[in-house]
Amino acid sequence: MSGYDALWTPVLHRITRWRRDLDDTVTFGLAPVEGAEALAPPRPGQFHMLWVYGIGEVPISVSGIDRDGTPVVHTVRAVGRVTEALCRLQPGDTVGVRGPFGSAWPEARPGEDLLVVAGGLGLAPLRPVVHAAIEAPERFGSLTVVIGARSPSALLFEEEIRSWSHEGVDVRVTVDYADAGWRGSIGVVTRLLRDAVRDPARTVALVCGPEVMMRASARELTSIGLPGASILLSLERNMECAVGLCGHCQLGAKFVCVDGPVLSWERIEPLLGIREV
Amino acid sequence: MGAPVGSTTSASPPSSVLSAGDLDALIGGLAEDGYRVLGPTVVDAVIDWGPVRSSDDLPRGWVDDQRAGRYRAEPSDAVHPDAAFAFASPASAPKRWFLPPTEPLFRATRRPGGSIAFLPAPDPDPAVALVGVRGCDLAALAVLDRALAADPAFRRRRDAAFVVAVECGHPADSCFCPSAGTGPGIPDEAAAAAGADLVLTELVDEAGPRYLARPVSAAGAERVVGLGDRRPATPADIDGAATVVASARDAITRTLPFASAPALVRDAPEAAAWDQTVEACLLCGNCTMACPTCFCTSVHDRTDVAGTTAERWREWDSCFSLAFSELHGGSVRESPVSRYRQWLTHKLGMWPEQFGSSGCVGCGRCITWCPAGIDLTRHVAALAMEVGA
Repeated sequence: MSGYDALWTPVLHRITRWRRDLDDTVTFGLAPVEGAEALAPPRPGQFHMLWVYGIGEVPISVSGIDRDGTPVVHTVRAVGRVTEALCRLQPGDTVGVRGPFGSAWPEARPGEDLLVVAGGLGLAPLRPVVHAAIEAPERFGSLTVVIGARSPSALLFEEEIRSWSHEGVDVRVTVDYADAGWRGSIGVVTRLLRDAVRDPARTVALVCGPEVMMRASARELTSIGLPGASILLSLERNMECAVGLCGHCQLGAKFVCVDGPVLSWERIEPLLGIREV
Repeated sequence: MGAPVGSTTSASPPSSVLSAGDLDALIGGLAEDGYRVLGPTVVDAVIDWGPVRSSDDLPRGWVDDQRAGRYRAEPSDAVHPDAAFAFASPASAPKRWFLPPTEPLFRATRRPGGSIAFLPAPDPDPAVALVGVRGCDLAALAVLDRALAADPAFRRRRDAAFVVAVECGHPADSCFCPSAGTGPGIPDEAAAAAGADLVLTELVDEAGPRYLARPVSAAGAERVVGLGDRRPATPADIDGAATVVASARDAITRTLPFASAPALVRDAPEAAAWDQTVEACLLCGNCTMACPTCFCTSVHDRTDVAGTTAERWREWDSCFSLAFSELHGGSVRESPVSRYRQWLTHKLGMWPEQFGSSGCVGCGRCITWCPAGIDLTRHVAALAMEVGA
C-alpha cells in the first residue's frame, strides 16, 4: 500500500476535556486516539493545524500544555466555517492534528522581567507562558500580565486570571467598553504599558492580539525604551499548509508559518508599517 | 534527472549532432522506458505541452507571436516546414508536471460507528520526460527546486523526470531572458544545476533541422549513444549553434534591471506608479497561473453526498484573489493595488533573500497572458523613473 505523504495527513485525536469560555469561544484538550502516534510536545507560542472531517483545517495556537505534552489544549473562537465546526464538537469527538508548527515564545532568562500583553483571544497563545512562569518563578525577575478585552463579558479565562493574581502575578485588565459593574481600567491596552515596565533594558515583552493592537503596543514599548529585539509579536496570516509551501502567509522574505508566528519587532517593523502587507 | 556527468573531471562529454530521425528515436526510447513523454504540441491553435510520440507531434513549421495581451500561433512560411522549435515557448510553464494544478493530499472515510480512517493513495503517475524546455523554464524549475524543497511529491516528480532542454532561436516580443540571465542559450553548468539531462540546439538549413546535442547528465549521455545518425559535432556545428543563440539574443530588446529591481519594488510601496499600473488590472490572476515560478496553492476539503469519504485537494491559488489573504474579519489585502504589489514585491523583491534568486526568469508569460497587457518591465521602469533610481 502506498500512502499519501505524512506531511499532509493529520493524526487523529479525541477531545478529552471541554469547556465553553464565552458565547463563541471554547477550550478543549486533545489526546491521540488509540494506536495513533503522539505528536511532538509543542512549545508555548507554537500552533497546530486542526482538521474537522469533511470541513477543513485551520491553524490554532496551543493555549495549554500538560507537563507530559498530553493532552494539548486549544482555544477556538467560532469565526469561520472550520472554527464553527470545531466549536460544535463535544468530548469524545475526533479532530485531526498536524504539528506542532512555527516558532515559540523565547524562554525567560534569570533577572529578566516578563511582560505579557494580550488583546482579546490573543491571551490564548500566551496562557502557556503564564503557566510556565508561575511554575518556575526562579527562572526570571517579575511577571506582569496586561490584558485588553472589548468588554467585561468578552474577557477570556476570567476566573483563571483572578487565580493568577492570587499566585502573585501582577495582572492588569482594561476593557474598551465597560458595563455598570466594571471597576477596572477603561481604554486601550497600550495606556497600561508605561506603568507596567520597570526597567526597559531588562524587560522582554510578549505581545499577542489583533495586528493593530500589536503594532500600537510595540510602538509604545519602543517609546518606553524596550529594544526591538525584546518585543515579540505573534503574527496571524492566512495559512493553508503550515510547512512553508502554500505561500499564503508570506510576509517579506519570511513565511509566518515557519519563521513565525512569533517574530521580533526588530525583524518585522519595516513590514507592519506598510498598509495591506 | 540524473547525476551530473564528469564528476571526476570538469570536461563535458563531447557534443554530437543528431538527425531529425534521431530525435524521433530519442522520444521513442524514452516512451519505451516508461516515461510519459511531453513536448510542445499544437493544441487548440496554441503551442502547449502535450503527449509526444515522435517529432510528428511537435509544432513543425509553426511560430508564435507573443506580446502584451496577445498570443497567436500559426504555421509560417518564414521557417523551415520541418523545424520543430521555431517558436518562443509553450503557452504554459512546465511547473504543471511537477506541481499539478490540482492533486489529492489524502482521502479519509468515516466508518459505520463514526471512526475515521485514512485510505491508501493511488499509484503515482509515471515519470515525465520533457522535450523542449527553454532556458527560462529550466531556470524556473531550478527556482521551484529551492522554493518547494520540502514538498515530497514535487521532489519525487522532479527526481524521476528526464529533461531535454532546447536553446531558443525564436524569441517573442514578451521575452527578456537575457536580463534575467536565463537564456536564450543554456550553458552546461546551468543545465546540470537545473536537473537537465540533455541540451539541444536546433540547426536548420535547406535540408531541414539537425540537432547539436550536449549531454549534461550521465542519463543524458547514455540516451544519445545508441542513436543511429549521430556523428561528432564539428567546430562548424558548434559555431552554428552559437549563431542561433546570438541572433536570438540580439532580437530581444525588452529588459528588466534585475540588479536594481528588488530595492525598487520593496522600498517604494506607496509610489504612484503602483496605482497607475493597477488601474488596468482585472485581478484575474492569469499572470500567476502562467508564471513558471508562482507556486502558491490552497487546500479544499470535499466530501461525497453521504459524507462517507472526505478528500483534501491542493489547487493552484493566486495572490490576486481576495480570499488569498483572508483572516477572520476580512482580508489583509483588500485593494487591487495591494495584491499586485504583493505579487511583484515577492517575485522581484523578496525572493532573492528568501530563495537565493529572483522569482522572475524573464519568460514574459505574465505580459503575454495579461488580458489588459500589463507589463512588469514597464512598471519597474515607471517605478525607477518616479523614485529616481
